Amino acid sequence: MARTLYDKLWDSHLVKQRDDGTALIYIDRQLVHEVTSPQAFEGLRLAGRKPWRVDANLATADHNVASLKSERDGGVAGILDEVSRIQVQTLDENCAEFGIQEFDISDVRQGIVHVIGPEQGATLPGMTVVCGDSHTATHGALGALAHGIGTSEVEHALATQCLIQKKMKNMLVEVNGQVNPGVTPKDVVLAIIGEIGTAGGNGYAIEFGGPVFRAMSVEGRMTVCNMAIEAGARVGLVAVDDKTTDYVKGRPFAPSGPQWDLAVEAWGDLHSDSGAVFDKVVQINADTIEPQVSWGNSPEMVTSIGGHIPAPEDFNDPVKRAAAERALEYMGLSAGMAITDIQLDCIFIGSCTNSRIEDLRAAAAVVKGKKVAASVSRALVVPGSGLVKAQAEREGLDRIFIEAGLEWREPSCSMCLAMNSDKLGDGEHCASTSNRNFEGRQGYGGRTHLVSPEMAAAAAIAGHFIDVRDVVNY
Amino acid sequence: MKRFTPLNGLVAPMDRANVDTDMIIPKQFLKSIKRTGFGPFLFDELRYMDEGFADMDCSNRHRNMDFPLNFERYQGAEVLLARENFGCGSSREHAPWALEDYGFRAILAPSFADIFFNNCFKNALLPIVLDAAIIDQLFAEMEADEGYSLVVDLEAQQVRKPDGSSIDFEVDPFRRHCLLNGLDDIALTLEDAEHIKAFEGRWKSQSPWLFPAAT
Repeated sequence: MARTLYDKLWDSHLVKQRDDGTALIYIDRQLVHEVTSPQAFEGLRLAGRKPWRVDANLATADHNVASLKSERDGGVAGILDEVSRIQVQTLDENCAEFGIQEFDISDVRQGIVHVIGPEQGATLPGMTVVCGDSHTATHGALGALAHGIGTSEVEHALATQCLIQKKMKNMLVEVNGQVNPGVTPKDVVLAIIGEIGTAGGNGYAIEFGGPVFRAMSVEGRMTVCNMAIEAGARVGLVAVDDKTTDYVKGRPFAPSGPQWDLAVEAWGDLHSDSGAVFDKVVQINADTIEPQVSWGNSPEMVTSIGGHIPAPEDFNDPVKRAAAERALEYMGLSAGMAITDIQLDCIFIGSCTNSRIEDLRAAAAVVKGKKVAASVSRALVVPGSGLVKAQAEREGLDRIFIEAGLEWREPSCSMCLAMNSDKLGDGEHCASTSNRNFEGRQGYGGRTHLVSPEMAAAAAIAGHFIDVRDVVNY
Repeated sequence: MKRFTPLNGLVAPMDRANVDTDMIIPKQFLKSIKRTGFGPFLFDELRYMDEGFADMDCSNRHRNMDFPLNFERYQGAEVLLARENFGCGSSREHAPWALEDYGFRAILAPSFADIFFNNCFKNALLPIVLDAAIIDQLFAEMEADEGYSLVVDLEAQQVRKPDGSSIDFEVDPFRRHCLLNGLDDIALTLEDAEHIKAFEGRWKSQSPWLFPAAT
């Protein structure tokens, strides 16, 4: 029977189907970070349990880590916020105690878990990947079955190498045609979320298919899969192709020699069979997608750069109308206002969505030789890992950013969720390449607008949103 | 895990769609390395007029008296009545920890986000999916009747209203079994250790690159 990619990944990891409809699914890789793991390790200790397979785990600290070089140079002991420092220290201690490999915050390989997994080849096609972080869907870009879990499940995966799961439903999001120049993977995924809604993917594993994703780079696919959860789906997937294997080849944890050949052969089956049945299919024409900007407090509240802030009355559903009212109040925006009239106080280029080398290259190309608008009080560029940072510096991207007036920071989650000291002030508007525009997410009272790196860079120069295609010749 | 015992609880509203986990428990409180103590910071940005920080004493903070959980009539609530896609966003289990620590034991909504839904069951917090029309009606009845309480009977899979009528709900049999008996699901899984080992052996011979030689 024709199977979807998700069906294949599920079947290949099925340890035991139970009579009650649940199943035990084997986990190949667990990524561990400091925020969602301490209680899991404590649980192991209290129950006298050991990790089932230590080498299946890879840890790093990212959420609480300072992005300022002056603070980073002090290592863990140099973390100024005591509560943050204890959490990072606790990860170090737990990894040492249980024998789990960790890239500590002074290691050049440290970075955001969802950047370093693929970068190291620690997440591979055909794997099951979990992490106590909802953006684990990122790794689905490699054709891995990857999703976020809570801390109890972190403990369960550590102790048993399995999770108790119920199979999700299959959704295909097919983007046909070809995206217009200047339209990025971020715009594609924001447009998808705008179309299906923030709950549209609840209960589904979403496969992103069609010519747009075939033409997209692997890093672009990561941006798309990363935000599957913003459409409600725990899992985002893209079929394996030559781009995937080219991306993986030669990475430190990737197989080599005869094992590489074996792996590539197996990965050849990591696509949905023709005729595979999806429970839901969404088709979008790439031609209709313009650069996107979010205007509200939910990722589904997006429009194109040429658009206007909607009025609550535009929504028939009373729940949606109330949500729009609240969003406009929180965001300090009024109905009918042009998106290009939104003035910005802050620019954030980073996060597990958009902090890879291609993102930084794209943003640098926009700001090169220009200056950040005087009205923008802060513009941060935070690379996703120490290796991305080093690569960018080899290419001179850091100098381009610094000369344009942006700050070049150290790898961390930074202002995506403001667990370190990078926070928006009350009422500030930020053009952010991150994934969530929830209230207070980037700082108490902060107002987030989700955009691509190119659009964030263009906004940095203009001081307000502007169509990047008006500033750059594509 | 804690057992889910029969509940007859005061109902409080969270009348908003897409309540995200950042709203349920903001990130500054995730720095804790403990599982407990999150209750005072539940819905922190909505509940208080100032910005909260980890470990602070909340007793003297200025409360937002427009926020229903601060209304006198909802003090001691154990059942939260909510709207669609409750718990969307991050995987932080701190969200159910905060709800449970505050005193909630059941949440009634038309839909929940997947990861949050899973996390609730690990913490004896019961998420119950009911038709949007039923939720609308419960909101109306609760608003009209101060002290409105609901009985949540997991054994019978029923919510019973003060007028004696009842609403059936669905729950996954495995989760129901674990909650009713307070079972540790890690121990349950480890009962299948032989299955896991057998799978691992097969998987290793099929995909040796997933098992580096160092092990």
